[in-house]
Amino acid sequence: MEKSEQIKLIKERSGTDAKKCMKCGKCSGRCPAYADMDIKPHQFVSYIEKGEIDKLLNSKSLFTCLTCFACVERCPRGVAPAAIIEAVRQEVIRMQGENRVKAEEIPEIVDDKIPQQLLVSMFRKYNK
Amino acid sequence: MKFSYYPGCTLKTKAKELDIYGRKSLEALGVDFEEIKEWQCCGAVYPVAKDEVATKLSAVRTLAQAKEEDGKLLTLCSACHNVLKRVNEDMKSDDNMRLKANNYLALEEAYNGETDVIHYLELLRDYVGFDKLKEKVVKPLTGKKIGAYYGCLLLRPNSVLAFDNPENPSIIENFIKAIGATPVVYAMRNECCGAYVSVTHKEIAEKKSANVINSAKDAGAEMLVTACPLCMYNLTENGKGAMEVKYFTELLAEALGVKE
Ligand code: SF4
Ligand code: SF4
Repeated sequence: MEKSEQIKLIKERSGTDAKKCMKCGKCSGRCPAYADMDIKPHQFVSYIEKGEIDKLLNSKSLFTCLTCFACVERCPRGVAPAAIIEAVRQEVIRMQGENRVKAEEIPEIVDDKIPQQLLVSMFRKYNK
Repeated sequence: MKFSYYPGCTLKTKAKELDIYGRKSLEALGVDFEEIKEWQCCGAVYPVAKDEVATKLSAVRTLAQAKEEDGKLLTLCSACHNVLKRVNEDMKSDDNMRLKANNYLALEEAYNGETDVIHYLELLRDYVGFDKLKEKVVKPLTGKKIGAYYGCLLLRPNSVLAFDNPENPSIIENFIKAIGATPVVYAMRNECCGAYVSVTHKEIAEKKSANVINSAKDAGAEMLVTACPLCMYNLTENGKGAMEVKYFTELLAEALGVKE
């Protein structure tokens, strides 16, 4: 797939308009996962707009974002950084061999208190 | 009016207290409700990507089932509520989603987002009323200092959830007052507990939970209440027992005198 085509698809999948961003940084300022991200929420917005997709596809932030939507709530321009992160994450996990959790490993890592909701959401976030 | 009650998977297994005390309290309050028949998992997390359709279908089935009754879907788990409410919004406003979901499900009557998704706390506020609730309290939790833990899922995105002011909510504090206890307002009450990263990045969930607990402690809270099994897990297990955490329905049942 052409790079430009891929970027277009990711943008559509996000359903948000990165062009509206005014680079205030509020999204990153509000992000509880900021310290655990190599690329910050406001940078996701700006990189996708500039077409610098390769950096994003390899970002650790894809798997440390909590999808808590705090960035979305605070953005004064109605941009949804969380949705851009999700759109890129989907781009990655939908590729073959990119699943992040193996079902076989689960019995090892879970304790008996882990709610089903956590296991199901984890699989939905890290695997396809 | 009868509410169609959707418990969800976790309330039947690891979060039984949330469900059991929720039911007992509804009975004590005289609310007419019935569990949805043969419900399926809501999907556990709302699929944010615009091109996801299949992952939302089980939620649509539940919504359509509630429409066949009185169109009032009652949720209790914060995560289920978030998923069902947002999928419902998609069925109202996203033509692509509505078309594909209806084509696939081929229901007798197309579903277009007609059902109202109502969280248990919204039911207490908007249908029962906190004043009425207060009148029904027989064992007030007088003197107990309780912090409301909202987390993310009940509040955000506010454009769809429309639950309360997302930056300065008050519904759980008003609930705490209604059952006779003292609400403690603290800074991190609408901060994320660490959510699903708990398994793969435990250290992040530990950090996030500790932040919430410390913030509540500093403000003088003796206990936190939540409506979410995932928050419960993170705050207790990853919070290392530093704070007592209860489901709000357990305190409700206690105050109404129906907790055994
Ligand atoms: S959704 Fe992700 S990027 Fe946005 S504030 Fe939460 S953790 Fe940060
Ligand atoms: S808060 Fe909104 S406008 Fe500000 S940097 Fe983030 S995306 Fe851009």
